[in-house]
This record gives sequence, structure tokens and C-alpha cells, in this order.
Amino acid sequence: MNSQEKTYLPNSRTRRDIIKTFTFACGALLSGCASSDYVNGKLVLTQWYHQYGEKGTFQAVHRYAREYTKVNPHILIKVVWIPGDYGTKLATALLTPDGPDVFENQLSQAMVEAGQVAPLDDLFTPADLADFNARDTALNSVNGKIYAIKMIDDMGLLYYRKSQFKAAGIQPPTTMAELLNAAKMLTTSSRKGLYLGNDGGISALLNVLPWSANTDFLVDNRIVFNNPRTVTSYQALVQLNRSGTLLMGAPTDWWDPSAFTQGAAAMQWCGLWAYPAIYKAVQDDLGAVIWPALDAAGSPVTFLGGWSAMVNANRPHVEEAKRFLQWQWIQNRKIQLDWCVGYGFHVPPRHSLAVSTPKLQQPVPAYAVEMLSKYGKALPPLWSSSMTSDLTSSLTNIVKLGHPADQEIASAASSCRRELRRELE
Amino acid sequence: MTTTTQTARDGENRARKRLGTELSFWGFVTPAMAGLVLFMAIPMVWGFLLSLSRAQNTIHFGHFIGVRNYTDLLTDPEFLNSLWTIFVFTLFIVPTTFVFSLWLAIAVHNIPRGKAFFRTVFFIPTAVSYAAASLIARMSFYSGQSNGFANHIIGLFGLAPIQWIGTASPPWYWLVLVSVRLWLQVGFYMIIFLAALQQIPRSLYEAAALDGASGGFTVFRYITLPQLRAATVSVLLLNLIAAFQAFDEFYNILGGSGSSSGNIGLARPPLVYIYNVALSSQDFGRGAAGGFIITFIIVAFTLAQSRLFGFGSAKEGR
Repeated sequence: MNSQEKTYLPNSRTRRDIIKTFTFACGALLSGCASSDYVNGKLVLTQWYHQYGEKGTFQAVHRYAREYTKVNPHILIKVVWIPGDYGTKLATALLTPDGPDVFENQLSQAMVEAGQVAPLDDLFTPADLADFNARDTALNSVNGKIYAIKMIDDMGLLYYRKSQFKAAGIQPPTTMAELLNAAKMLTTSSRKGLYLGNDGGISALLNVLPWSANTDFLVDNRIVFNNPRTVTSYQALVQLNRSGTLLMGAPTDWWDPSAFTQGAAAMQWCGLWAYPAIYKAVQDDLGAVIWPALDAAGSPVTFLGGWSAMVNANRPHVEEAKRFLQWQWIQNRKIQLDWCVGYGFHVPPRHSLAVSTPKLQQPVPAYAVEMLSKYGKALPPLWSSSMTSDLTSSLTNIVKLGHPADQEIASAASSCRRELRRELE
Repeated sequence: MTTTTQTARDGENRARKRLGTELSFWGFVTPAMAGLVLFMAIPMVWGFLLSLSRAQNTIHFGHFIGVRNYTDLLTDPEFLNSLWTIFVFTLFIVPTTFVFSLWLAIAVHNIPRGKAFFRTVFFIPTAVSYAAASLIARMSFYSGQSNGFANHIIGLFGLAPIQWIGTASPPWYWLVLVSVRLWLQVGFYMIIFLAALQQIPRSLYEAAALDGASGGFTVFRYITLPQLRAATVSVLLLNLIAAFQAFDEFYNILGGSGSSSGNIGLARPPLVYIYNVALSSQDFGRGAAGGFIITFIIVAFTLAQSRLFGFGSAKEGR
């Protein structure tokens, strides 16, 4: 009896040991995945950026990070530069406890409601708040609280060469009909008249076209784009796509200026960000206008886009992260200016910076800054990416498959209304 | 005294042996089971609970809304359209792959010399990733510019360059999608057929020749094809499942980059739709529901197909 017990003991101990070792190994494996907050006694904050295309941007963000450690020796900023599908990677990372401490993105109401971003109202002094573009602050607020600091304002421009316009005897287009005419006049056997992206302008002009018809998308929590003006504006894109004047199948998309600078297209809808690269190629022959009005009842328009900095509310060091963003995007004017005009061109969201920058006094940027404040349009944070997806599908059906525009827009509107109801529940 | 010790020792040995078997059983089974539970069972149950929840920008379930995610999806024209897209794609790609791979297998099987060489050559594309192949197709082979490979070839015949990917009429993008998939998967199914062809006894062909079966087609129709039944069923089943799960080539050939959605609106398969709903729009509840709907459809089609071919029936055993 006794001897049996004795012989069993070592074995059962072995079994227990195996299980113990196994659970320990699993635990070690899991805990190994979590990163430590401190390195050499310094608090590490992770900051995410999407990959900016302009030369020097990568070095710049690392330099800003080092500068912060110089003034705050106990904090280390770890910059993560994300190529590819930034939105998806960021959104997925924000679901985990190991997401970035601070990041750039566009604010959506869904992020606020899911508790992903921390309110930042206390970072702004009244003077700061007055200096920031009021529309930017409104777009970065949900229910009266500010959740994001605007870093850069982006906008679209239609670039052209003055000499080509002169040779063809045409003026910069002020209506859609004039644009179509210009595209026709400038199309030759080796060059297309206009480049709007490889999808024929569906993504780039999805919002711009209805805005140019003086209609909107989501106003006072209501979907308002189901109207004849939207229909007419989308039909104008069908006309452009059927005119044979659009460049298609280029190696880069509309946000990259290569198609224009290399002469594959005479005009291109691109962004102010590409101005330095375009000016370098075209010099003073360069001309630009914002998107022309659809017709006499429309209005010229450009989009107010850009990036904003936010704090991840689900990380342990929210307060430190907030202080860092305050330093970088509110207090440090040198960094803000460097980031806005040092590489690509963007309009500084702070009025005092926008007017004091000599680089933005050149003819095209000066025109752009003025037009952005007069005609810049943006979608509210309540507008979700599913709504963009619904509307994109409809515009694709209209442009590519020739479906009737009124029915497609009505169907997109009903999908968007359903999305909106889900969001407002 | 001696006997008692002997008996005790015997019992000890038996117990030790039993324990040893038990230990090795658990030793071998536990890692696999743990993997299955951790990576299959828990995510499946979690996913199902998510599909019944409103989970916007979160993967926590709890805000239960019944089957609303399912009804929302099944009344969404975009989702129904994506199901239609993949249905048409499957209807086309499954028979085409079947014919091409069987044809290649028979050709390789019957060449007198260099069998191993051709087998390898046709199989190699299977090792290429869909993402890489899609980018090759999009940026070089089917590039819309006049210097793209396909356009260069048709240019030799005096034809104007074609927009292979961006235009809907004619829908050339289907040619691109289908040819990429055929390129990558025909070799794999060819190997399955080739193995089955080698299993057919030579005596059957000799007997047929003695009975006066003449002509390649008669022999193929009455000997080769019936003997390939098992291989045929597995090729069709694998192919069907793979077709329903198509994602990579659609996403990479038609998809856009940066803020552009590209041409994915032309042909959006359900997996790309679900990916957009879950990962771009962050609606994980609806994404999970979509996943279950697709799974259900694949299972239904697979069962229907097995029924059609009598796979797994009593007759199969004989």
C-alpha cells in the first residue's frame, strides 16, 4: 500500500509538472507579446503616422520625436511609419490594448462613441482656439468636445500648363461645360486632356461633384444628397468618362502628380500637397484652379481634407500623451510650419501661421489658401466610411455600367439613411 | 513476503505502463486540441456572438440586436450583388479549371519524353502568391498603357491599346481575373489528375482495345473519365470552395490605393465586401454575420455537389 503510493507520487508529480510547465509556457508566450512601457527608465510613447510620399517627411517625424525627448528627458517617442492601408491597420490596432499612444487620422463619431479617443479640450488656451481654423475645430469635435488637433489642411487643385491653354485659345474652366471643352481641345494622339485617377474620377470626385452643384450630403443629422442636382453632377462625370479625353491606366493614382508632370495628361485633379513637385517640373508655366462650378447654379469648390492628431484613450499614459501632442501640434510653431510647407504643401490650420509663411505667398499656393477658406467643403464626423462605400458603389454603377443615376442615388441614400440610423441609435 | 513484493511490483509496472500510455496520449493530443480550441473554436463562438451584436469599432459582444446584422446584409443590394458576382465567377472558373487541368494532365501523361520537366513547369505557378501574380497582371501584363505586354501583343496586329482593368463594357477585367486564377491553380489540379491517371490499370486499356474500342474519344469517354471519378469530385469540390473564397486577385487587381477605391466596384466578391465592412468601416458585428452567411453558402453548395456526384454514398465503397 505504502510502496504503491510512493511509486505513484513521482509520476503524478510529473503529470502535474507537465501541466504546470505548459501553462507557464503559455503565460510566458502571452506576456511576451505585451511590450514594456519603460526603456532605461524612460516612458515610451508610440506615435503612428501613415506613409507620407514626400522626400524628407520620414526624417522629419523622427527629428520631432528626438526634439521632444530633449525637452522631456524622461519620455521617449517611438515613431511608427505605416505604409499601405493605414486606416485598416490603425483601426485594428486600436482594438487591442497594445495600440499606439498617439496617432494621426480623420475623426469619426464612431471612434468617439467606442471610447477610442480621449477628449483634448484642456490642451487649448482660448487664444489657441481662436487661432485654429474654426471649421477644423468643428470637424474635430463631437457633442461639443474636441477629440483631435488638426495638423495639416489639404485641398484639391486642378493643375494645367498656361502655355497649352494659350495655344489652344482657351481660358481656365469656370464651369463643367468649359472643363469638358478644355479636355477635348487638349487631347492629342499622345496625350489625354484630363487625369482624374484610374477609376475615371469616381473616388476623387465623389463628394466634389455634388458640392460643385451646390448640394451636400449629411446636414443636421439628415441625408440630403438624394436630389436632382446630385444626379446632374454625377451625369457630368459620365459625360467626361465617355468623351475619350480622360487618361486611364496610369501607373500612379490621382493624388500623385506624375501623370501631369510627365505630360501624359494636360490637366490633372490633384492636391496642394503635390505643388512643390509640380512646380519643380513646370515652373512658372503652372496654373491651377479649384474644381469648376457644375453650371450657373453651382459653385466652384474644393475639399477641406488633411490629418489630425489624436490620443488613444485605452492606453495607460493618456495624460503624458496629451502633453506630447500639445507640445507638437499646439505649442511648437516651428514644427507645425515645417510639417505644413517643408515637404509637400499643406495649409497650416492655424491662421497666424498660414498668413506668415512666405512659401504660401507664391501665386498658386496663395490662390489655394484663399480658395480653401472661401470654397472648402468637408464631411461631418458622422459621415462614415460605409456611407462612402455605398455612394462609391452607386457612382461606379452610374459611370461604369451606365445605370440610371437617379435610381442609383436613391438607393445609396436609403443605404446611407440606414447606416445613419444605426449610428444615431 | 516474496510473492507480495512480486505482485506489488507487477501492479506497479502495469500502473506505470497505463500511466505512460495516458501521458503520451495527452502529450500528443493536448497541443493540437489547445490549438483547435484557441484558434478555431473560441473565434468561431466569439464570431457568432459578434454577429448577433452591434459591434461598431469594437470586438466585444454584448450589445445584442438579434439577427439584425443578418437581415441588414441580406437586404443590402451591395452584398447581394457581391454574392451574384462570386456566383457568376464560380460558374465560369470551376468548369474552365476542370477542363484545362484535365487536358493538361492527359497531355503531360501521354508525352513520351520530358514528363517530369513539363509536370514541374506547369506546377510552378502554384507556388506564386496571388498578391504577387495580381500585381504582375495589373502593372505589367494587362497594363492599360500602350507599353503593357498584352497591349504590345495586340499592337503587333494593328489593334488599339485596350483598358483591360478600368472599363465595364466590354468587361475585359473578367479576362484578367480569370486568367490570373487559371494561371495559378490549373497546375495544382493537373497534379491531382495526373496522379489519378497513373492509377488507371493498363489492362483496362488493353481489354478495351481487344473489345474493339477504337478512337481516342471512346476510350476517354468510357474508360479514362469513369476511372477519374474520385479525382474529378475532389477537384470540383476544392475548386468550388476556393472560388467562393476569392479575395486576393479581386482586391489587388481592381482595388485602389490610398484614398482611391479603384475599380473594385466593378466586381466586388463577398470576402472583399466583408473585409470592407469589418476592417474599413469597423462594423465587426455585420462582418461576422457576413462570414457566417458565406460559410453557410459554401457548405450548402458543397453538400449539393456531393449529392450530385454521389460522393460518400454507399456505392462509393465498392
